[in-house]
Amino acid sequence: MFEWWHNIVSHFVFDILKLNPNSALGSALDFFLFDTVKIILLLTVIIFIITFIRSYFPTEKVRDYLEGKHPLVGHIAAAVFGIITPFCSCSAIPLFLGFIQARIPLGVTFSYLISAPMNNEIAIAMLFSLFGWKVTTLYIGFGLLVAIVAGIVIGKLNLEDEILIKPPAVKPAHIDEIKIPVKERLKEAWDYTIDLLKKVGVYVLAGVGVGAFIHGYVPSDLIVKYAGGNAWYAVPLATILGVPMYSNAAGVMPLIEVLTQKGMMLGTALSFMMAITALSLPEAMILKKILSTKLIAIFFGIVAVGIMCIGFIFNWVLG
Amino acid sequence: MKIEILGTGCAKCKQLEKNVLSAIAKTGKFAEVEKVEDIQKIMEYGVMSTPALVIDGKVVSVGKLLTPDEIAQLIS
Repeated sequence: MFEWWHNIVSHFVFDILKLNPNSALGSALDFFLFDTVKIILLLTVIIFIITFIRSYFPTEKVRDYLEGKHPLVGHIAAAVFGIITPFCSCSAIPLFLGFIQARIPLGVTFSYLISAPMNNEIAIAMLFSLFGWKVTTLYIGFGLLVAIVAGIVIGKLNLEDEILIKPPAVKPAHIDEIKIPVKERLKEAWDYTIDLLKKVGVYVLAGVGVGAFIHGYVPSDLIVKYAGGNAWYAVPLATILGVPMYSNAAGVMPLIEVLTQKGMMLGTALSFMMAITALSLPEAMILKKILSTKLIAIFFGIVAVGIMCIGFIFNWVLG
Repeated sequence: MKIEILGTGCAKCKQLEKNVLSAIAKTGKFAEVEKVEDIQKIMEYGVMSTPALVIDGKVVSVGKLLTPDEIAQLIS
């Protein structure tokens, strides 16, 4: 899809600047120019499309749908809704209480709460730009699986008493659908996309920059030795390293791309990406206001185990 | 007219309050403005994405940072 652009970049770097394609500098510069433009173009298009679709699925609608559903249907639907609804960790509290208030089971609520940040628009757009649709599909598919299974497990543990603040006993008021014309939705989606790009643009550039450096200068053997191979600790290490990186998903993904090209195994990479988005410290801090530390620890523990299982299975099957 | 801003204290919620005030100043409307931070009260409106805007008890916007112009349109 981007061959034309690669030809332009290669022409510029190797013919006009006369750099040697086999030199570290030439290869790094070629990689950087090609990747930044490709990623920013794709990010813009994908975030815009996702944001526009999401404007039709406010969380209030999801709650109304999930109310009174069979638990298993609930878990699956909640996880799938996590992909197509907008989610911001700043709304995690009203969202959580709103679900509980509508008598949606705790486990189903967690299925949603795991899936929504994991399938955030930046992560999906970056994955697609860097790895293509196959890895993106794997990521979303297995992400849903983790959200569903972890939700079911949490639901079975009878942890309802660990919710520290009870929502008001009254049934939630029904909000009349707020009508917004398509033109306005498009404009809002566009504004949001530009805002977001301004916010993550620096991280993307930095990420691709460091990635380009590794691409050109760091020998593959070194990466295979530490991040790749079949070392048993690769997956748990990747999962733990992913936890503090939530706000920088856009900057870390380009690094993962380069690491996989240089020999990091796909399972390890998947675990790393999922840990970055699903195990977010800021979200845990916010949820601490309404949930006991025990419940949050269980939530993180189960999700972490799920993520690691996926990493191990992938490495085992492909390795 | 009573305008309520529902929000637990995130940056967007504070900005929405400011925008409401400037919208009122712009339109010259007479309105009572209240910032609702109590999560229980927010839940009673059935709102799950903050910030939300309530005019005379009716939820008119959820999960969005409206501009002063958009608010001016809603209150006039």
